[in-house]
Amino acid sequence: MSNSNGAVGRSQGARLPKADPPWMMRTYAGHSTAKASNALYRRNLQKGQTGLSVAFDLPTQTGYDADAEISRGEVGKVGVPIAHRGDMEALMEGIPLGQMNTSMTINATAAWLLALYIVAAEAQGVAEGQLQGTTQNDIVKEFLARGTYAFPPEPSMRLIADVIAYTVQRIPKWNPINICSYHLQEAGATPVQEIAFTLSNAIAVLDAARRRIDEQQMGAVFGRISFFVNAGVRFIEEHAKLRAMSILWREIGRERYNVTEERHLRFRYGVQVNSLGLTEAQPENNVQRIVLEALAVTLGRDARARAIQLPAWNEALGLPRPFDQQWSLRIQQVLAYETDLLEYPDVFEGSKVMDGLVRELLEGARSEMAQIAQRGGALKAIPYMKAALVESHSERIRRIESGEQVVVGQNAFTEAEPSPLTAGDEGGSEAPILLVDASVEQEQIEALQVWRANRDRQAVDEALAELERVAADEGPDAENLMVPTLKAARAGASTGEWAAALRNVFGSYKAPTGVAEAAAGAIEGAEIEALRERVAALQERLGRRPKILVGKPGLDGHSNGAEQIALRARDVGMDVVYEGIRLTPAQIAQSALQEGVHLIGLSILSGSHMQLIPAVISALRQAGVSAPVVVGGIIPAQDAAALRQAGVAAIYTPKDFIGTVMNEMVDLLDARSGVQAPA
Amino acid sequence: MNAKLTETGAEGSGAALGQRLARGDLSAAPVVMNLLESRADTDQLEARALMRFVSPAALKAEAKGHIVGITGPPGAGKSSLVSVLVRRLRQHEDQSVAVLAVDPSSRISGGSLLGDRIRIGLDPTDTRLFIRSTAAGERLGGLAWSTRAAAQALAVAFDFVVIETVGAGQGETEVAQVADTVLLVVQPGSGDVLQFLKAGMMEIPDVLIVSKADLGEIAARTREDLSAALRSLAASGSRASPEVIGLSSLPPTSGFDALEQAIAAHRMSIDLRARRQRLRREGAITDFAIEHGERALRALRGRRGAAQVLAGADGCLSEPELEAILVEALQARRQMCCEGQPS
Repeated sequence: MSNSNGAVGRSQGARLPKADPPWMMRTYAGHSTAKASNALYRRNLQKGQTGLSVAFDLPTQTGYDADAEISRGEVGKVGVPIAHRGDMEALMEGIPLGQMNTSMTINATAAWLLALYIVAAEAQGVAEGQLQGTTQNDIVKEFLARGTYAFPPEPSMRLIADVIAYTVQRIPKWNPINICSYHLQEAGATPVQEIAFTLSNAIAVLDAARRRIDEQQMGAVFGRISFFVNAGVRFIEEHAKLRAMSILWREIGRERYNVTEERHLRFRYGVQVNSLGLTEAQPENNVQRIVLEALAVTLGRDARARAIQLPAWNEALGLPRPFDQQWSLRIQQVLAYETDLLEYPDVFEGSKVMDGLVRELLEGARSEMAQIAQRGGALKAIPYMKAALVESHSERIRRIESGEQVVVGQNAFTEAEPSPLTAGDEGGSEAPILLVDASVEQEQIEALQVWRANRDRQAVDEALAELERVAADEGPDAENLMVPTLKAARAGASTGEWAAALRNVFGSYKAPTGVAEAAAGAIEGAEIEALRERVAALQERLGRRPKILVGKPGLDGHSNGAEQIALRARDVGMDVVYEGIRLTPAQIAQSALQEGVHLIGLSILSGSHMQLIPAVISALRQAGVSAPVVVGGIIPAQDAAALRQAGVAAIYTPKDFIGTVMNEMVDLLDARSGVQAPA
Repeated sequence: MNAKLTETGAEGSGAALGQRLARGDLSAAPVVMNLLESRADTDQLEARALMRFVSPAALKAEAKGHIVGITGPPGAGKSSLVSVLVRRLRQHEDQSVAVLAVDPSSRISGGSLLGDRIRIGLDPTDTRLFIRSTAAGERLGGLAWSTRAAAQALAVAFDFVVIETVGAGQGETEVAQVADTVLLVVQPGSGDVLQFLKAGMMEIPDVLIVSKADLGEIAARTREDLSAALRSLAASGSRASPEVIGLSSLPPTSGFDALEQAIAAHRMSIDLRARRQRLRREGAITDFAIEHGERALRALRGRRGAAQVLAGADGCLSEPELEAILVEALQARRQMCCEGQPS
């Protein structure tokens, strides 16, 4: 409608005859248990939220049960654990699924969670055909930026295509995939990279789907593809980015897939605005950043978001509380209900500046898309795109550290009054964040064991065997994987069992880290030179070059920080062992021992540090590794003392510059080789 | 303070470590590597003691382990191949395996990113698999400066020592100075490799592997081209034409049965003792040239002259001992030279 209405706006003057309805307002939420999350959802709906956005915990996202070794410390942390249909029914209890519009941030295991949602709806007496919502279901960006993949690229694409084929036929109002540019920007993508990588990803998805459906359905499939984008604080350029994406999307539909119907060609997107730019220093400033970013996706009617969720002001400190999330919802409500934003036709129509920006982005994106096509498409170009993102991110950090890019409160205007918002922070007891009760994990494990004991084991085994059989069929006419998946969901199989059955057939996978391919020496200057001198002197004393291990324990896939530390350590002259995400304490200890490293750096952003860091340290010491351990990530101040007690030598959070981290790591190594750190 | 500097400490005494390796104690591997990689003077003394202790002369036998070197241009698929090969050796045959992976160092900073472990997907409780990544540093030739010694030492305790070279391309000749069996991995369509082989710019490997067999026809054609070229090269020389194997490291993997057979068959086909004696002499000359310079080597009348010096020495000695013989010869020459001068 947005496009046909442009003409109406011109003929009737500056105002729309009737103001547009607001976009869908959501809050990305879920934690602890299905029951606790259900209560949270009901409260949020009472406050005027108009849809649900479910955050799952990392074991659920990566296909493990709460009692798997790798799940330790992660259960209920960044989202809700959903292990079986009973959990999904509890999560949605009292929420009428026939009317609700539910967005699920779920990817590798999207087919499974959709099946559980269908079965939970059945239990409410709602037929699948009535359901509305979205499964994120986008695997390429998991390999590139977010890390919650479970299977190798090819079978992952087959699962995606099967969810698309199933929903297009049977759940017509479902958005089977939400292709994400969001996480690419979080990983450092420039606007051009964000557009090009995302649309190349969409092409890979559509090409895969084309093999699983009738050619006549291609228009409907194209029309069901939606996007999940990001918006940074440079909100004019960010708005131009969305206009450019919308133009390219239409082109792709017409030219590559012969889509002709106008309603199928529309670029539909939801948005969560940027978290990367939110600061730990003076976190109250994040509120105005969030408002400006929200403008990027609402200001021009021709490229306005369909659904919005805003991050909370304190995300760089820890998990937001319901109060913090409410504040972000209120931002949306003020924009939609108090301002005059929704009363006008597209305010940028005819703007030379906007059109020029869009042209620039289109040109850059087309040439970048050609690069990816040359490499055989998005799936084959994952290593290329990953290395490009690592480089872009490294460049962004360089600009901030050098002061070229101003971040208020972080590298400029740092003098500040004490903040009443974070008053509890230094005191240690009442930080302004949500604390997940550590007993949640044990409760979930026990509840899962009870569930397993009370179901028909044989029915589960049969369903899983059937799933493996269908998965093993690689032919073009293989049955849709949703069918045996639904059967397993009904039989009461668990998330870990479903994924294990598929891992048996598909194998598991480790995504490229991008760091080895990223260009060296991007950062030069006096600080780097001085560090190189210190590292060279250290090498003399140690007998060999300082060697460090950068490890990501647990299921957290946010690897940007770890990658940047690894790159910088290499650039100051260290040997760096970096093995990517998802390592158990035992694996980290094994690598540290075998590689003979002098220092171990661990990165965790999922909130599981209190369980995982002590576990890693104890595994290291048991293996006989005495090297010091430093930790980086989102570590609330009140946890620092306990971590130091457990043997952590230093703790770094988003406010620390990488140069500082490097210097302190060298101090630590100096001290251990018998040299006093410089004053 | 100086006593504190060497990190290996008392447990790092060369003789003690040698003893542990000789007993088959695989857990000695990390400390052995820390010692062999160290350039500190005290560590180097201990390292020489270690090498002496595990030399065939001391142990009265060649090390049991099969040293397999894997080389090839960047992107040829070496790491993926090593992952699958190692997993098979561990799972199917329960052979103990040490992997020495060499990665490039940044020429700007000297630092490196070592990431090869991720592709191997090892079981952290597996005590019979050891993986060590080492940066090549400034050393050319495809290996780190410690790799040859490391392979020789670890072969005393491990059934297999697998060396993965940097992968910089044609200059990677050093692995042939330590491996019992050299595998060259090339990807389909690698015409340049064919040219290098023909021109003698690249050593002829013991087994030639064309990776990415899943690419189908182009992989098969590359294999045929290489086979034909190698047959004609073999016809003009004295050695047998190496086997050319096509394989795919992606699931479903293929070609690995043939590869394992070829590796085993190659070891059976060679006179291991003679080969290793020759390689140790060559290695000693290489180290001598690096430590003492081209000028010193010229004083011994080049590699050929140095080889003549070592021809009379016991080939069962360790490389450092052989190198010491070259140093003695150098000193003797220089002395002779000085004495010969009119006073």
